[in-house]
Amino acid sequence: MKIGFLYTRLRPEEKLLLEALRKRKNVEVIKISDSHSVFNLDSVQKVDVLYERSLSFSRGIYISRIFESNGTKVINSSSVAEICGDKYLTSQVLVNAKIKTPRVLMAFTEEMALEAIEILGYPCVMKPVVGSWARLVTKINDRTSAESIIEHKKVLGNYQHSIFYLQEYIDKPGRDIRAFVIDGYTICAIYRTSDHWITNTARGGKASNCPVTDELATICKVTSDAIGGGILAIDLFETETGLVVNEVNHTMEFRNSIDTTGVNIPEKVVDYILKC
Amino acid sequence: MEALKQEVRIECPDSGCMITLPVGTEMGEIIVSPETGAELEVISLNPPRLDYAPQEEEDWGE
Repeated sequence: MKIGFLYTRLRPEEKLLLEALRKRKNVEVIKISDSHSVFNLDSVQKVDVLYERSLSFSRGIYISRIFESNGTKVINSSSVAEICGDKYLTSQVLVNAKIKTPRVLMAFTEEMALEAIEILGYPCVMKPVVGSWARLVTKINDRTSAESIIEHKKVLGNYQHSIFYLQEYIDKPGRDIRAFVIDGYTICAIYRTSDHWITNTARGGKASNCPVTDELATICKVTSDAIGGGILAIDLFETETGLVVNEVNHTMEFRNSIDTTGVNIPEKVVDYILKC
Repeated sequence: MEALKQEVRIECPDSGCMITLPVGTEMGEIIVSPETGAELEVISLNPPRLDYAPQEEEDWGE
């Protein structure tokens, strides 16, 4: 079986995944760099499956579509990546599927962004629709800071900064949950704990094992089904009324989670890829 | 060559210090300069070469 391995950089995750793939019998891995390749629309490298691990959301989407258009199965599919990589699309899918998620308002002018913030109340959260590692995610505490943040976004210029994604602030207990979900099945989960309201491990959040309860497994299964399945990392908040899904990631990082959970995540990922 | 078959010592393009590339190092791998913390990318294995890794872009992430 030929597995195409699409990457931007070989981070620890990619090294672990490549090692797990190469250990398997009858598997040939073909590395494809999204930075050093040209992609032809009507003929692509012959692989049975393309495993997409691009760091770049846009490169991953385009290249996945090219391979899919030429009849190659891509994991995760471009449609799953498209939903996960755009926070609006993720929220819309969650809302449509009636999965508990923080309230989101969208606005497209500075005036309406301010109105949306007032509707949500303070504090609330502003996020770029495309972005990761909590980049430019902002907690807005009062009207003065709202006006100032909106003005900064306006001056930044890029049209994406005029797409205002505003989210209800969830007062979480100093931590959130990241669940690793493959084909709808939650293989393990971690708590990400921080004194800061941003608990992302890329921003200093500390990982510890989180037991996979029935509630967690169920909400992750429903979320995975709504998104389109595949290999997902689902971020959740604990609230008084139960778990709430915040975001879903399609090219998950897991370097801090193997020892923490005792689950060999890359091996589970490879099991799934070879089953597809 | 898919990966280094033996350990290689190579000069850091950022500080000039010597960096050891271990067995198994692959093209595209990111190495951090031990002196400056600069992120370096393995751009060639034969001969081994390092260059500054591309800057993180706005749509990079998970």
